[in-house]
Amino acid sequence: MWSVEINIKLKKGVLDTQGKAIHNALLSLGFSSIKDVRIGKLIEIQLEGNSQDEVSKSVQDMCQKLLANPVIEDYSYKIEEQ
Amino acid sequence: MKFGIIQFPGSNCDFDCYYALKNIIKVPVEWIWHKQDNLNGFDCIVLPGGFTYGDYLRVGAIARYSPVMSALTNFSRAGGLVIGICNGFQVLTEAKLLPGTLTRNKCLHFICKQQTIRVEEIDTPFTIACKTRKVLQIPIAHGEGCYYTDKETLEHLEQNKQIIFRYCDADGKISDKANPNGSLNNIAGICNKERNVIGLMPHPERSIESCLGSDDGRLIFESIVNHLKVNCF
Repeated sequence: MWSVEINIKLKKGVLDTQGKAIHNALLSLGFSSIKDVRIGKLIEIQLEGNSQDEVSKSVQDMCQKLLANPVIEDYSYKIEEQ
Repeated sequence: MKFGIIQFPGSNCDFDCYYALKNIIKVPVEWIWHKQDNLNGFDCIVLPGGFTYGDYLRVGAIARYSPVMSALTNFSRAGGLVIGICNGFQVLTEAKLLPGTLTRNKCLHFICKQQTIRVEEIDTPFTIACKTRKVLQIPIAHGEGCYYTDKETLEHLEQNKQIIFRYCDADGKISDKANPNGSLNNIAGICNKERNVIGLMPHPERSIESCLGSDDGRLIFESIVNHLKVNCF
């Protein structure tokens, strides 16, 4: 069994309206040192697979087909054997 | 001539579209459940507004893999007319039948209001009954209608005259002030290169009778009917 943690982030240059709103909220709470806030998604997946390579290929396929939108998002992932 | 309206789990403007086509435009129209895998016999397919699959993951991302979508891809490649309204537009971009994507409104609010849009191009099956630069009043209701794409694609859209509607003020002036959601170049609706697939955020089915505040939405459906009358019979 493999455990995969996928991080999806908005590409640099894509306006992150949620990040901006949270940035403003943090500033109003007094966290004045904050320079930028970006919001992403964390997706955890448990799956079966014969090798790390096989799991990695499968995860890339999932990200490209469904989990990330290449127009605005980049993805990265970590795989651990359980 | 036959129209079809796709019903995904979470579609909620499907009955409005049905009413507009059946009772006002008076054309044959049928429901299409999202699990249907062929679209034989239809001339125009409507993807209605709503919140397919609760907008989970990204708007339109899950509906894009409904069984009907491969049939829709084949239908559009064969030249069939496809119109995606609001969430239907979002599904079409996720399915890559239209370029770019729709993201959270710049102001972060869900916006529900009457909106003026300008018809930029009339040489499409969806706008032939309009006049160029005509200003239409058609309501918008969305939280994620901010059109975004990379610079190169945006240039292609402009060059190929694929931007069909832009947000404008009541006089037809395009400005940041008239842009409700932060869309690039005030984009409210685009078509594909072949000009048979269109997506727009405003809801023409909600401006179908003057008692609704405007009947400008009729022009879009009447354009389709005029086009089909010439091209199907």
